[in-house]
Amino acid sequence: MILLVGAALAQPVELTLWHAYRGAERAAVDALVDRYEAEHADVAITPLALPSESISSKLEAAIPRGNGPELFIGPHERVGAWGPRGLMAAAEHDAGTFHPATVEALTYRGVRYGYPLAFKAVALFWNKDLLAEPPATTDELLAVAGELTRDGRYGLAYESASAYYFGALLHGYGGGVFDGEAVSLDRPENAAALSFARGVQEAGLLPEEPTGALVSQLFNEGGAAMVFNGPWFLGEIDGVDFGIAPLPVVSETGLPAAPYLTVEGIFVSGEAEHPAEASAFARWLAGPEAALVRAREGRQPVAALAAYDSLEGDEVLAAFRRVLDTSVPMPNQPEMAATWEPLARALRAAMRGSVTPEVAMRSAQFEVDVALRPPPPEANPVPWIAAAALGLFGLLAWIGLGVRRAGGVAGLRGWGHAYAYAAPASIAMGLLVVAPFLVGAGVAFFTHHQGTFTFVGLANFLDILLARDFSPSHPLSFYFTLLVTLLWTVANVVLHVTLGVALALLLREPWVQLRGVYRVLLIVPWAVPSYITALIWKGMFHRQFGAVNALLSALGLEPVSWFAQFSTAFAANLATNTWLGFPFMMVVTLGALQAIPRDLEQAAEVDGANAVQRFVHVTLPLLKPALLPAVVLGSVWTFNNFNIIYLVSGGEPDGSTEILISEAYRWAFTRGHRYGYAAAYAVLIFGVLVGWGQATKTMLGRKVI
Amino acid sequence: MAESSVKAPSMGRLLATHGLLVLATVATLYPVLWVVKMALTPSQAFSLELNPLPTSFDLSNFAAVVNTEDAAGGWLFGRQLFNSVVVSLTTAAVGVVLACTAGYAFSRWAFPGRDIGMNLFLATQMFPGVVMLIPLYILLDELGLLDSLWGLTLVYASTSVPFCTWNLKGYFDTIPKDLEEAALMDGASRWMTFTRIILPLARPAVVVTALFSFMTAWNEFILAATLMSDERAFTLPVVLNSYVGEFSTSWGSFAAGAILVSLPVMGLFFALQRHLVEGLTAGSVKG
Repeated sequence: MILLVGAALAQPVELTLWHAYRGAERAAVDALVDRYEAEHADVAITPLALPSESISSKLEAAIPRGNGPELFIGPHERVGAWGPRGLMAAAEHDAGTFHPATVEALTYRGVRYGYPLAFKAVALFWNKDLLAEPPATTDELLAVAGELTRDGRYGLAYESASAYYFGALLHGYGGGVFDGEAVSLDRPENAAALSFARGVQEAGLLPEEPTGALVSQLFNEGGAAMVFNGPWFLGEIDGVDFGIAPLPVVSETGLPAAPYLTVEGIFVSGEAEHPAEASAFARWLAGPEAALVRAREGRQPVAALAAYDSLEGDEVLAAFRRVLDTSVPMPNQPEMAATWEPLARALRAAMRGSVTPEVAMRSAQFEVDVALRPPPPEANPVPWIAAAALGLFGLLAWIGLGVRRAGGVAGLRGWGHAYAYAAPASIAMGLLVVAPFLVGAGVAFFTHHQGTFTFVGLANFLDILLARDFSPSHPLSFYFTLLVTLLWTVANVVLHVTLGVALALLLREPWVQLRGVYRVLLIVPWAVPSYITALIWKGMFHRQFGAVNALLSALGLEPVSWFAQFSTAFAANLATNTWLGFPFMMVVTLGALQAIPRDLEQAAEVDGANAVQRFVHVTLPLLKPALLPAVVLGSVWTFNNFNIIYLVSGGEPDGSTEILISEAYRWAFTRGHRYGYAAAYAVLIFGVLVGWGQATKTMLGRKVI
Repeated sequence: MAESSVKAPSMGRLLATHGLLVLATVATLYPVLWVVKMALTPSQAFSLELNPLPTSFDLSNFAAVVNTEDAAGGWLFGRQLFNSVVVSLTTAAVGVVLACTAGYAFSRWAFPGRDIGMNLFLATQMFPGVVMLIPLYILLDELGLLDSLWGLTLVYASTSVPFCTWNLKGYFDTIPKDLEEAALMDGASRWMTFTRIILPLARPAVVVTALFSFMTAWNEFILAATLMSDERAFTLPVVLNSYVGEFSTSWGSFAAGAILVSLPVMGLFFALQRHLVEGLTAGSVKG
């Protein structure tokens, strides 16, 4: 008996820890886990590094089902949405261990969740070769930046179109996203901040379309004297003697331009099996001893204050420690998530000069209000259940009639072999594709708020179809997006087919040497992961530094701000997707051409038909049967091709280049987690596509299948 | 058709054809050269210069991507490469079995429900994936297939089945029925006719189906990252995507990883290009 208890005690408690760390930070945490295990024989911890893009949705799916980790590391903004839902457990802190701002960040409605590990906030980095002292006020900043901007160099570079960086200006002008508990964007203070941002841009002190990559590149090449950037920028600086200071004080108000503070916390899951052991480890990892290792080895600006006493001489971390004093915790209310996209749109529109700052802020507020609109009233499910039952009965009756028409069960039995052949694929698809879709689509009849779903009947569909939120001509309305989606699909398919057929025609001539080489090289876009190539295309369309504008300039044409108006932003998306999609059509056409006898064309040539006539009257009709299925499938894939829109134009300008599927994604993930609304979009997309399929079939006058 | 029946082209036409092809190839390769350049440059920056040709030849990014260790000190990248290969090959095998049988049934027998079935297969291509992730997670959890490479394989295979079935059905349609009828008369079973006569004839289309299923599994990362919870069970695209951070991305590592992931696919394309060309379409044209 005693032996048994002893054995049970010797079995270590197993804890899992999910995080999205890479590089030095990851190595530091892994080393600390080993150390903790060595000191605590009764605990075994397994860290798991996940892609930062999927960790959040994975946690949300796994924790409620008991599959989640005991511990996870993530940004504090989730506290408001996840704490009350029980995804994370409340935490006890030792008073005075952490900087108060980092504790405040982890507190939602009086409850603390998790332990602060490290923080991120934007600071001023300056090139010491170009500038002796950093400016202390915005007036100084503008003056210095003005002097330094010349000969292709910029005084200042930062991601000025990002709502995250813009936060510092909001605070510097006395504004902010929230006023108390409510989102309040259309305040004069916020408009003043926007005017300032626009003024800096108009004065030419900033490069155009400054992306993170561009900012790093300019700073490293001496092309930017000062940049606003966060601690992650440290890993990107290469060969520049630099200093770090807090952002300047806004001269008009005397307030510091206080950047957003993002705290990385370690959280104990609300469903943890061993909460005591998990909390003990979390507390230790956040505590001063481990913080020192994370700071030294992982180069993290840590939240535990005692660590800085032992870090004397580390100017970089000391500078971020000073930034911490003037930063404002990013609001952790769940409503915050719905503000990023509208605010970024307002920022871009105002910087472009297409609207005044006041108007931009007003429309951002309107969009936030729409996203946060209280859910429709709960509907009585009884009539719906009755209707669903009736529908199900109708379906069964219809199947029954079909069976009877086929000669009853006995008649079907004669087809037993056919069903046996079709069954494995049908069952697999029914189970793993159709069922998840039906369940997902069913969410369209509900509304989601903080983890609970309420049945609302057709309210989501009515809101969308009656254009309740946005008038049909507004870029965010269903009808506008539908038109863009149709245009997107048609334009893509036309270009894919045209290019694919043209190249295939060139490649089929037997006298073309190196055909095999061309063929393989032209297929390359199909083989490389599109995530990276799409972003390269986006870089090629950069206003100032992109290859496309360089080509235009070389041809003596004016460079174009590709993402500033609908037509060119759409064209940029289209070019990228054409590049990605033509190889498929080319291969299809090559195959089809092989099967077309050349003598027909030669006969036509003898009869005096020219090349165009031969193609239109002889080759094309023969190609049609092979191209039709490819066109139907290709158009369906293009219709739902979310990646390109998301990565290239990102919906710019003003959300007008979004397509239906990217809108559905935004409603689900970036506009306040309106899963019901997103699912309703998905159902409508499916409906439109079924209609599209029928229309293509009728139009082409042939059974495609 | 005999080569000799084709006229030798005029010099101008030859030059024009090659000119156009070279232009198309350059435009096609320009963005890809960027990936190569980023991979061979020893930094993690996303460079925006005009010259896409590598200015340095440094393999440290590749080394960093390949030389990863798991907790036990094992070769992690090797393990993940193995996972990717196994999952993709199994997906291809399962996908081919499912699509061949279904495609054959749809092609040969006008059984009740066939048209509905075919339309349903097409309809699954229209499902927006955005709503399916969580239900799929719950379903696999209930089936006990979470954290299992088998579960992942089954999902991939079912996802690629509709396209493959369509494609194979089109190809089977072009194979004359007399062949099977003769074999059946001689006493061969349906299964034997299918596996011994029809499948060998449909080889190009089967190869394409296999390649398509393989690619579905080879490049996917969202499902793999959501369904797997052990880095030793990750596939390469998940590893690749973990170089994308919330605030900054390790572009050098990402590019090196992207090239490593693309090479086998390009190798397959090259090896199978003749089949690829015939298998995708020959069917629907011959008929």
